[in-house]
Amino acid sequence: MNLLLQQLVNGLFIGSVYGLFAVGYTLVFGVLDILNLAHPAVFTLGGLTALWLVESAGLTIFQAFPIAVLVAGLLGLLLDRVAFAPLRHRADTYFSGLISSIAMAIMFESVALGVFGAHTVRFPANTVALHIWRFAGITVTSLQVEIVAVALLLMVGLTQFLKRSRTGKAIRAVAENERMARLLGIHVDGIIAFTFFISSALGGAAGILFGLYFDALSPDMGRSIELKGLAVIVLGGMGSIPGAIAGGLAFGLSEVLTVAITGTSNLRDAVAFAVLFAILLLRPSGLLGRARMREA
Amino acid sequence: MQKSKRSIWMGIAVLISLTLLLTVHTDFAVAAGKEAKIGLAFSMTGAAAGYGSAQKNGVQLAVDEINTAAGADGLKLIPIFDDDASTPQQGTNVFNKFINADKVSLIIGPTLSNTAQVADRIAQQAGVPVLAISNTAKGITEIGDFIFRDSLTEMVVIPNTIRVAKEKLKVNKVALLYGNDDAFTKAGYEAFKKALQDAGLTILNEQTFAKGDRDFSPQLTQIKSMNPDAIVVSALVEEASGIVGQARKLDIPKSVPIIGGNGFNSPNLMKNAGEAAEGVIVGAAWNTSSASALNRKFVEAFSSRFGTLPDQFAAQAYAGVYIAYQAISKAPSPDDHKAIRDALAQIKGMNTVLGTFSFTDGRDADYVPVVQVVKDGKFVVFGE
Repeated sequence: MNLLLQQLVNGLFIGSVYGLFAVGYTLVFGVLDILNLAHPAVFTLGGLTALWLVESAGLTIFQAFPIAVLVAGLLGLLLDRVAFAPLRHRADTYFSGLISSIAMAIMFESVALGVFGAHTVRFPANTVALHIWRFAGITVTSLQVEIVAVALLLMVGLTQFLKRSRTGKAIRAVAENERMARLLGIHVDGIIAFTFFISSALGGAAGILFGLYFDALSPDMGRSIELKGLAVIVLGGMGSIPGAIAGGLAFGLSEVLTVAITGTSNLRDAVAFAVLFAILLLRPSGLLGRARMREA
Repeated sequence: MQKSKRSIWMGIAVLISLTLLLTVHTDFAVAAGKEAKIGLAFSMTGAAAGYGSAQKNGVQLAVDEINTAAGADGLKLIPIFDDDASTPQQGTNVFNKFINADKVSLIIGPTLSNTAQVADRIAQQAGVPVLAISNTAKGITEIGDFIFRDSLTEMVVIPNTIRVAKEKLKVNKVALLYGNDDAFTKAGYEAFKKALQDAGLTILNEQTFAKGDRDFSPQLTQIKSMNPDAIVVSALVEEASGIVGQARKLDIPKSVPIIGGNGFNSPNLMKNAGEAAEGVIVGAAWNTSSASALNRKFVEAFSSRFGTLPDQFAAQAYAGVYIAYQAISKAPSPDDHKAIRDALAQIKGMNTVLGTFSFTDGRDADYVPVVQVVKDGKFVVFGE
């Protein structure tokens, strides 16, 4: 029983990082109907930037976190300007945007390789004070609690922001109908750029949390989460933010439980993607997606 | 037109004088008396470049010591270095050049087992002895009777590690965790499993992971629930660091040591896992802090010359040159490959930096490996 509980807790932690990553992914999709495949590269650069700030600039992680998140957000603006905005008015904008985002992903990854090298690096020991708590036979570290807290805070914050703030409402309006939003006097290009900023900032934050949790950062770390993030947003319903959160948690749990039951990690991805396949057959719009309707 | 003609003539003149210079130089070298050329095929570029440069330094140090000690009349070594580029193709080219153009007495190298599988066959056919100093894969010395190695295989190192762990830590029941999609980690797992069974230890549980995994908490949680005395891990250093770090975060106590294979044998383990690496036990072919006088002298000479501590690869290279020298000096002539081979096969109980060294009947290395433990961020000798 304790064993199962501990495995569920493990799944919750990794799942919350997946969720945070997928929220940024799905946000851009919800607004633009475009998959931003450079999102995993922003995730990587967010983590590596925080590492650089802690290691070379001597900041604490609490100072480095917001700065690195801001840098990731600025990368999002760059992405929008370079990879998406020039293609926005072409007839094939969905496809060409997808391809140009792959190009940006490759460039970001090369920058990471050039600046940080190919080796796996880690945050210096004691970047975050580590306490181990035990209750009812399960073990939780303070780092894990902090990761879940930060991830949840950011995800709830985003939901509230979209629901209540003026800019949030404008984002939803653009997602609903870009032309109508423009007619209503909304500065659509500015809203899209801002969407990229938020999306990438969240991706960067996920990268930092991922790096802290696994103690391993490398220029190719985005690869390990790229397909999972995609699967999570399909699972949750494309464009749905609560869906991405739920999908992330479900994905994390399915991974951990598969490994726990089979004793090998070879089937981990197979089971996770089989679940995805089944859900698509039974509920083509995903867990929380509504058919033919977009939410941002 | 005039100008280009002149520069062609200039070029030819330079070429001729260079050729003359080179010829004079080689003639001079041959005329100087008893000298033996050894070919050194190391990976100076490519994936194994990090190992190759350590090997080159180890060889350089040994050759200089030998040549100084030989004096004016003794047998001197002429090292010929070439880059095998970490690939079998380039390794083959280098071996062909050593055998046909340089006419070396003996070849040391190549750095990687994969390269050796191909290149060693050429030397075997030509009847030129090869001394491998870092190949640990199965079947290298089985290529033929001219192939030797001074590097210990996992099959020797791992049982020794398990024996020492059992004696000193009173380990009885263990859990196994290994990467099952990589030839190296899987071979390590098989060696561990056999050693554990031979030593009469109980294997409570076996878990696996795949290359590139970062999350090991599900496997470690399963292992933790069985309360093993130790966790035996066969992994490459990247995954090994993650496993070690996450085990401690999951509150697996320090009293449950993690025992690793050769993949753990890298300073990157301490760099990546930090404090969590303390107490990790790893078998190795050599350790800097081995107490023998010969070893202390080597470590001192190496660090004062190159500014870094030698690693296992430098030590194996250094020992390899001395082993080769002993065999070559026993042969009637440095060109008598057969006699050099026979002399190599007869090396027994030789005092080297690796320990008291002999070749087995299968031409593999035979000496007692060390077991190391991580202490204060460094590998120190745990037992022998």
